[in-house]
Amino acid sequence: MLDGKIPAGPLEQKWDTYRSTVKLVNPANKRKYNIIVVGTGLAGGAAAATLAELGYNVKNFCIQDSPRRAHSIAAQGGINAAKNYPNDGDSIWRLFHDTIKGGDYRSREANVYRLAQVSNNIIDQCVAQGVPFARDYGGLLANRSFGGAQVSRTFYARGQTGQQLLLGAYSSLSRQIGMGKVQMFPRRELVDLVVVDGRTRGVVVRNLVNGKLESHAGDAVILATGGYGNVFFLSTNAVSCNVGAAFNAYKKGAYFANPCYTQIHPTCIPVSGTHQSKLTLMSESLRNDGRVWVPKDPSDKRNPADIPESGRYYYLEEKYPSFGNLVPRDVASRNAKEVCDRGLGVSATRYAVYLDFSDAIKRDGKDAIAKKYGNLFDMYHNIMDDNPYDTPMMIYPATHYTMGGLWVDYELQTTIPGCFALGEANFSDHGANRLGASALMQGLADGYFVIPYTIAPFLAKNGNSDIKENHPAFKEAEKSADSYVKKLLSINGNQTAGEIHRKLGQIIWDYVGMARNNKGLKKAIEMIKDLKEQFWSSVTVPGSDRDFNFALQKAMRVADFLEFGELMAVDALHRQESCGGHLNEAFQTDEGEARRDDENYSHVAAWEYKGQENEPAFHKEPLVFENVELTQRSYK
Amino acid sequence: MTTEEKNINITLKVWRQKSPDVKGRLETIEARDISTDMSFLEMLDTINEGLIIQSKEPIEFDNDCREGICGMCGAVVDGIPHGPESAMTLCQLHMRKFKNEDIIFVEPWRARAFPIIKDLIVDRSALDKIIQSGGFVSIAAGGAPDANSIPISQDIAEKAMDAAACIGCGACVAACPNASAMLFVSAKISQLALLPQGKPEAAQRAWNMVNTMDDCGFGNCTNEKECEAVCPKKISIVNIARMNREFFKSGFASQVL
Repeated sequence: MLDGKIPAGPLEQKWDTYRSTVKLVNPANKRKYNIIVVGTGLAGGAAAATLAELGYNVKNFCIQDSPRRAHSIAAQGGINAAKNYPNDGDSIWRLFHDTIKGGDYRSREANVYRLAQVSNNIIDQCVAQGVPFARDYGGLLANRSFGGAQVSRTFYARGQTGQQLLLGAYSSLSRQIGMGKVQMFPRRELVDLVVVDGRTRGVVVRNLVNGKLESHAGDAVILATGGYGNVFFLSTNAVSCNVGAAFNAYKKGAYFANPCYTQIHPTCIPVSGTHQSKLTLMSESLRNDGRVWVPKDPSDKRNPADIPESGRYYYLEEKYPSFGNLVPRDVASRNAKEVCDRGLGVSATRYAVYLDFSDAIKRDGKDAIAKKYGNLFDMYHNIMDDNPYDTPMMIYPATHYTMGGLWVDYELQTTIPGCFALGEANFSDHGANRLGASALMQGLADGYFVIPYTIAPFLAKNGNSDIKENHPAFKEAEKSADSYVKKLLSINGNQTAGEIHRKLGQIIWDYVGMARNNKGLKKAIEMIKDLKEQFWSSVTVPGSDRDFNFALQKAMRVADFLEFGELMAVDALHRQESCGGHLNEAFQTDEGEARRDDENYSHVAAWEYKGQENEPAFHKEPLVFENVELTQRSYK
Repeated sequence: MTTEEKNINITLKVWRQKSPDVKGRLETIEARDISTDMSFLEMLDTINEGLIIQSKEPIEFDNDCREGICGMCGAVVDGIPHGPESAMTLCQLHMRKFKNEDIIFVEPWRARAFPIIKDLIVDRSALDKIIQSGGFVSIAAGGAPDANSIPISQDIAEKAMDAAACIGCGACVAACPNASAMLFVSAKISQLALLPQGKPEAAQRAWNMVNTMDDCGFGNCTNEKECEAVCPKKISIVNIARMNREFFKSGFASQVL
């Protein structure tokens, strides 16, 4: 049984009690500790900056050429906080409760409550950094209501909130780099986490410019390496997003929690052809003003504007009168799939639904809509060659975010002492479904306000690590990474890693996607095993290992996804219930909603690696709810 | 239209350079049956998949988000950074903007401060160095006052946001005959000088960032306005005027000198 190390006491006091009683590191001693942070997104960038501000020495790594480009930058819609500035009934409790309920009661009460508590500090911090949030005429911060919330608690910076928050974190990080407290290593990818005598000792990274392997010892390692959405091949993630670092930690003894929880975002630009390299998200803030519909008659081929109201099926508004188009993401996505599976979809592929702004444009005027969503409309116009001011957008769900991740306790520590996981890379706060505008909140909460406290007791208790880069463990890790790379380069088969990735994505989408069943999951496991064999016998990777070589990077990432995809299916098969983003077709309510089994599955499923040839071992962390009542989610 | 009808054949003249210190050259690559629904980078993906299968080295290019926000991609296409469409990054450029039988020249950003790493990839770390010298508000996590304690007029907030929209891609440098980074630097200086939170350090910031820019080997501004023309985020050269004002103010401010 896994222990989440949740502090005792009433929910509202747990974090304050923890902060007031936890062991600290003396200010003069902080400079004696070297902390490695992998990733520079909202979680990693904020953590690296904040730990350096406190006095620790930080080494920070990222894949891109600059820490300003991590994929957090692409988040569009906004960030939640319980400020209650609009006076519409919000509170820390309500944000907590919405997040727990939105996650379909599969997350930890204590973590989520802490998240809601620190949400307000995040907004203060970002404004102080110069993040240009949207403001009302009086000069105060503007808020909007966002997917699945009945209060306006979302702060935003046009349609590019993630960019502005990330640039805020990047500015704080840059300040620390300039002061010499953070050493920045861009264009590096983690290839090995070094663990000796049960403690994390550092990392081996690959320099993507010259291919050299580099060892870095440290007293603690923080992984803020994002999610695994690219296992689907097509997702809204950036090209370089991968599971490598998290999966390597898993192989080194960190448990992987709830890998089957993935989020399929309802409002993305539909797939158009096989050349496609990624899917583009349209912020779900569009659902505030757009109405989702399909023609009632599948043979109705008229121009959407010519279809009268009586010929339109506003399925979300009809099925969920109180939330309408603003139902949570999992519900919106599943309903889009359901109407398309019934043959009601639009577009050439028939896998798309309309998102129609004509009523909002009539009501508020084109200028008002352009001001709110102008950049999104332009982006859509450019990709689809169609003007959404005149014709409804066509949208379809796409993989967007992964709620599963490395198992961490309340201190965000994985099961390997000294290895912490932050942001999307951990599993902790979103349960089986993440609400809109909560990812930015969690990333920054972990980085600015949680890890600076929770890393201290580990360091205070364990002191400095006495292992440096010259230790044989580092040499061995470098050697094994080197032979792994050489092996990939030597296969010389007839398939590119890209082709195999595409095949894997299709298996995952078909059998481990929005709706799953046991038969399909078992089939997927077999198919992935075959594909993995194909990869290791027939992949071809050109070029050299001592050069910039994207094809090699890609092959290394696909190799990880192949193993990880199997773990996802194993986890989905274990969870014989439906919850949030995980819908097993055998477990649905009469109304087609996810039917949980709280008696048997109110737990975190954490998997322990047992070697290539063996099934992973299952560990359970029971979820205890003392403060909320578990109900069937209803958005009617 | 069927898919076939939407496909075009093109000829790429693409810059190939093995490493920073060897000479590069334009290589001719024929690309057939390119769907006009592809983005420019998807076209390069398709060519690369073909090269890999023939055991040839693919064209290396920087890219990541492929939705125009991370600022990682960029190449000079037919002489224009990010290609012929205005207000757009290379990843958002679609092949429907090209015609059958077009010859397309693709080259990396060229600037003394951006050494070439390989093919179309350049080293833009000089831009990070400039930010590290002053592109921030010196506020540590934890001490911030309530977010609504200082009202900021909507007009000022919008202007700050216009400047903050910079994605740091470096197209402005590539477009400038002097390889100046003024548009990039001025966007950050403007954003923070406009907002009350950035004012206490405005003078020092302008002084430090402008000097670091010079140290990194970027050229000066001679009002060519090429930067504004190619900026994928429509950053205005009004910001350069604002930066100059801040820089001159810092020259007169005794606390800086």
